[in-house]
Amino acid sequence: MTTSVQSGTPREWDIREFVKFVIKEAKPRGKFLTPFNMISIPIILVGAILVVIRFVFGIGSITNLSQSTPWGIWIGFDVVTGVAFAGGAYVVTFLVYILGAKQYHSIVRVTVLNGFLAYMFYAGALMLDLGRPWKIINPIIGNSFGVSSVLFLVAWHFLLYMAAEFIEFSPAIAEWLGWPRLRKIVGGLTIASVIFGITLSTLHQSGLGALFLMAKSKIHPLWFTEFIPVLFFISSIFAGLSMVIFEGSISHKVFRSRVSHEGHADHDAILLGLAKICAGVMFVYFFLKVLVLVHSQQTHLLATAWGVWFMVEVLGFVLVPGYLFFRAVRAGDVGLVKVASALALVGIILNRLNISVIAYEWYAANPYIPSWMEIEVTAAVICVEIWAFRWVVTRMPVLSDPPSWAPER
Amino acid sequence: MDRRNFLKNLSMAGTATAAATSLNIAAESPKPHEFVSVLVDAKRCIGCRECEAACATQNGLPVPDTKDKSVFEDIREPTPTQWTVVNRFETENGTVFVKKQCMHCNQAACSTACLTEAMKKTEEGPVIWREGKCMGCRYCMVSCPFTIPKFEYHSANPKIQKCIFCYERLAEGEVPACVQSCPVDALQFGQRREMVQEARNRVSDNPHSYVQHIYGEDEVGGTGWLYVSPVPFDEIGFRTDLGGEPIPELTQSFLYAVPVVFLLWPVFLNAIRAKEESSALPPRDQS
Ligand code: SF4
Ligand code: SF4
Repeated sequence: MTTSVQSGTPREWDIREFVKFVIKEAKPRGKFLTPFNMISIPIILVGAILVVIRFVFGIGSITNLSQSTPWGIWIGFDVVTGVAFAGGAYVVTFLVYILGAKQYHSIVRVTVLNGFLAYMFYAGALMLDLGRPWKIINPIIGNSFGVSSVLFLVAWHFLLYMAAEFIEFSPAIAEWLGWPRLRKIVGGLTIASVIFGITLSTLHQSGLGALFLMAKSKIHPLWFTEFIPVLFFISSIFAGLSMVIFEGSISHKVFRSRVSHEGHADHDAILLGLAKICAGVMFVYFFLKVLVLVHSQQTHLLATAWGVWFMVEVLGFVLVPGYLFFRAVRAGDVGLVKVASALALVGIILNRLNISVIAYEWYAANPYIPSWMEIEVTAAVICVEIWAFRWVVTRMPVLSDPPSWAPER
Repeated sequence: MDRRNFLKNLSMAGTATAAATSLNIAAESPKPHEFVSVLVDAKRCIGCRECEAACATQNGLPVPDTKDKSVFEDIREPTPTQWTVVNRFETENGTVFVKKQCMHCNQAACSTACLTEAMKKTEEGPVIWREGKCMGCRYCMVSCPFTIPKFEYHSANPKIQKCIFCYERLAEGEVPACVQSCPVDALQFGQRREMVQEARNRVSDNPHSYVQHIYGEDEVGGTGWLYVSPVPFDEIGFRTDLGGEPIPELTQSFLYAVPVVFLLWPVFLNAIRAKEESSALPPRDQS
């Protein structure tokens, strides 16, 4: 079934062979002129040029950031929203390894891979936004620990979490390399890294929200609340799962040939199961949103233009998709689950962008609107991420069954 | 820098304005020293912009043309090349000029936000920025309630720019360049306690000339720069909705929760897992 005769067969490695194997595997496979390639290649090339311009002439040369809007979509979308979308990995590993919900086992690898790549690329896009990225070494090697900073915490958690996810994914790498000994070692680390990973996720998903606590005077009162960290954490649960549903249904089609038998059989049941969790969590989230609003005594603001915008987010893209998830589960309607997940994802984008960009300095005379180049670079980052995902999925046992020598999944 | 020397010079600078009462309070205080402070009197300011020029000269920034009065047509903010600006406000009680720069908050949001300690609240009071540490994340800009730190968006090696309270001059026992340049004593330098006292005296001795408020005494937990004004502060460009809570306190409870979650979560997760494991037989593979 796999395109490679060699990958996955257990063997003793000598260095020469190993290098040969990796080089062979690194080469592109399959048709080159696919529609996706035709679209993504120019996007990536333009993005690369823009990144060069950015590093030569400064961040202002390609972004619309200003002294009053220091963070734009590279933070608000790439990092803040991207990390919420990547929350699926910690939720699914929680379901499978902690709660023992075996029915989701077949999606663990692809979800963890997605999470890992999302952190790598979207959080990695942070590097483009840092004015002086070469100094990132400072908070890492410890000559300047700003321990009172939420950002310090978030940055460290990103790093550690990427390591945890890499370990969680590494059994697939060992199987691809055909390396039983390595497979055994990293397989034994799975539970520990899952527990570590869930802990880190709890903290940095909420930590991303806590970043904005100090901007109290700048964020519109409908969005600012001291509960932002809690709301960020809870919404990351259904954001991550919605992404798993949405992305899973696409890659299931695209990589149909590689999906294991087990994966095919389970897929609809899995989507419905996840949808059920989404529905529950979204109602809790909605309830909390209402509670916070009432508690903050800001309900009169609902009658303003900002209030309408707030309701678009909370009713249109939380309550409605939550209800659709509920209906879909009732009716066993997988199509509706996908629609609901797409709406829920839009809701997360709105929420994260509202807090970090749109309702931030909402009183500003000339509000920030991202330049086409900022959007272009974001699109390029997403394309590169998809390339990386495709590369891994077509080589390693992610959607497909592990080789026969690997321990039973 | 020699701290002892610094403090000695500081108290010398302070003696000029030291009131006996404030010295007594200082003697009782367990604190070894006070933050430095500047009291800005918007009633005295004549809008000559000598302070702008002095600041630029001191810090190697382009020196503005102080004769050019057209700058007053807009309300200006500090910029990466101009750490302080004087604005003109037309109010019911006449024209008021007021200077703007970093407030050097007692509990500075920017320095709490900074994950590299590039932005730093020094023991003496000035909030300084250290090029060797900053990674340009601009979280300081997000956090500052006065939107003071500015970023060089058009540089490949960008810096954060803001007033640093003439930190080096203070260390040499001098007053800040702007304070020295002011021809009408609208700016007064000293220890914070003395400046608060001075402001109180000025305001209460002339109740008809000043509004009864010292901006910066309580705002965001108190700031190093204090203002008195003949008109309400919201009429001369100040935010009066910031409240007295120090900005760093907004993240405090979250940061306290972190170690708790960090220690309890793994134990908790492991306990659930063990329970699940024991109820599910035969044991599953762990990959
Ligand atoms: S005014 Fe802003 S930049 Fe200045 S000390 Fe306060 S928080 Fe920092
Ligand atoms: S931009 Fe520099 S000074 Fe400001 S918070 Fe980031 S690292 Fe600190």
